[in-house]
Amino acid sequence: MAYSDKVMDHYENPRNVGTMDNDESGVGTGMVGAPACGDVMRLQIKVDENGIIEDAKFKTYGCGSAIASSSLVTEWVKGKTLEEAGQIKNTDIAEELALPPVKIHCSVLAEDAIKAAITDYQEKQPS
Amino acid sequence: MSSPIYLDYSATTPVDKRVAEIMCHYLTMDGTFGNPASRSHKYGWDAETAVEEARANVAALINADAKEIVWTSGATESDNLAIKGAAHFYSKRGKHIITSKTEHKAVLDTCRQLEREGYEVTYLDPEEDGLIDISKLEAAMRDDTIIVSIMHVNNEIGVIQDIEAIGELCRSRKIIFHVDAAQSAGKTEIDLKKLKVDLLSLSAHKVYGPKGVGALYVRRKPRIRIEAQMHGGGHERGMRSGTLATHQIVGMGEAFKIAKKEMAEENKRILALRDRLLKGFESMEELYVNGNLEHRVPHNLNLSFNFVEGESLLMAIDSLAVSSGSACTSASLEPSYVLRAIGRNDELAHSSIRFSIGRFTTEEDVDYTIGLLKEKVDKLRLLSPLWDMYKDGIDISSIQWNAH
Repeated sequence: MAYSDKVMDHYENPRNVGTMDNDESGVGTGMVGAPACGDVMRLQIKVDENGIIEDAKFKTYGCGSAIASSSLVTEWVKGKTLEEAGQIKNTDIAEELALPPVKIHCSVLAEDAIKAAITDYQEKQPS
Repeated sequence: MSSPIYLDYSATTPVDKRVAEIMCHYLTMDGTFGNPASRSHKYGWDAETAVEEARANVAALINADAKEIVWTSGATESDNLAIKGAAHFYSKRGKHIITSKTEHKAVLDTCRQLEREGYEVTYLDPEEDGLIDISKLEAAMRDDTIIVSIMHVNNEIGVIQDIEAIGELCRSRKIIFHVDAAQSAGKTEIDLKKLKVDLLSLSAHKVYGPKGVGALYVRRKPRIRIEAQMHGGGHERGMRSGTLATHQIVGMGEAFKIAKKEMAEENKRILALRDRLLKGFESMEELYVNGNLEHRVPHNLNLSFNFVEGESLLMAIDSLAVSSGSACTSASLEPSYVLRAIGRNDELAHSSIRFSIGRFTTEEDVDYTIGLLKEKVDKLRLLSPLWDMYKDGIDISSIQWNAH
């Protein structure tokens, strides 16, 4: 399969690879996908006291498009509020990376990963 | 080194130059272009002589009689002709067929078609090493079982089934035994004077011959009958009509002749390369060999690099031409059915790479492959959340995944 230049770029030079301490209060972790489907994404966000995402990290087991989708969203969410980050749509990711139809599910997974990370962060906050 | 390095000889082989050269003499006006079925002139007679010489060469590799060889378009057609042909001919005797879950699609899909026609098919589960347990095969046999179809060598994991024992069992029960030998001819010995195989499918393009030609061995003693699937001029003693493709057939004959002469030496060299490849990976963690390593053709190595997804690994090693058991597209989220059938879990099935070595593989190719794989697997594991979890001692199978 031919990959777009943007997918190749993220795949070869993935941004923000890493792990954050999940026990830290400002950290939210989203893990989506399943080994059975051939892709698992873990996206972590670090939120500052103003509700702005100051850092993001990911690790992904999956095809090149899955790795590129998660790498891209770590770039996108940084500096955004939780509300703004929650509005990122899979179609934006698919369009940016020029994903072919058979790889759209990778962008869906990346959108799910952001939402899961935000939810995890919010659940951890004392109400 | 050619680029990318070709390590996919189980998918197809390049035509040997000696074979290609000979084939060219059977196409043009100044060559032997005649129709082998033309009985009224020298053009036809010469073509027939060439076809019969090729038939003898193909028969010689498997120690059969030339009269037992029927030309086809390839192993897929041979499998169809053998299984449908025998099932249709012997349908009054019974309508039960036994095969295994790791057969090639040409066998499995043919069996599915026969199920639609009212036949009943038992699909055996192989053991974890890919081999069929003979006692389980025997237990599946019934009074109305007419055919057992088991491949000699598996295309993905390269394991060699004990077709000698299966043949004895089938013969004692008067069940027709079909063997798909597309992956074994020229790679491991086939002696049909000794083996009680009734029908055997062959392909030319896995043995450095051309694509588009194959053969079906049909035993004469005891005589096995099949119903034609292709009707027409009654070629090949009525079993497969259609003008014979002289140049293709001559190519297959030459390829099989070379295989017979060079197989022993070639296998030694290829096995040494395979062992070198496996040894090169020895130091890697979480590396699994898929399929029995002892009962295996020398040129195949199927490995799972755990916690790395196959498609992304293929992308990272694009200077190699290999194949992966993973196909994670929306069309097919299923990993290799062969690896699933031998009980490999999802991660391992998704992480598999098949290396198949051949006539033109060098030590340099193997050494480059080892270095590249080590580097890229390490890189992808650092990206893999599953690798992190493994390193933290978390049992991945204990997690409730949300399959999408």
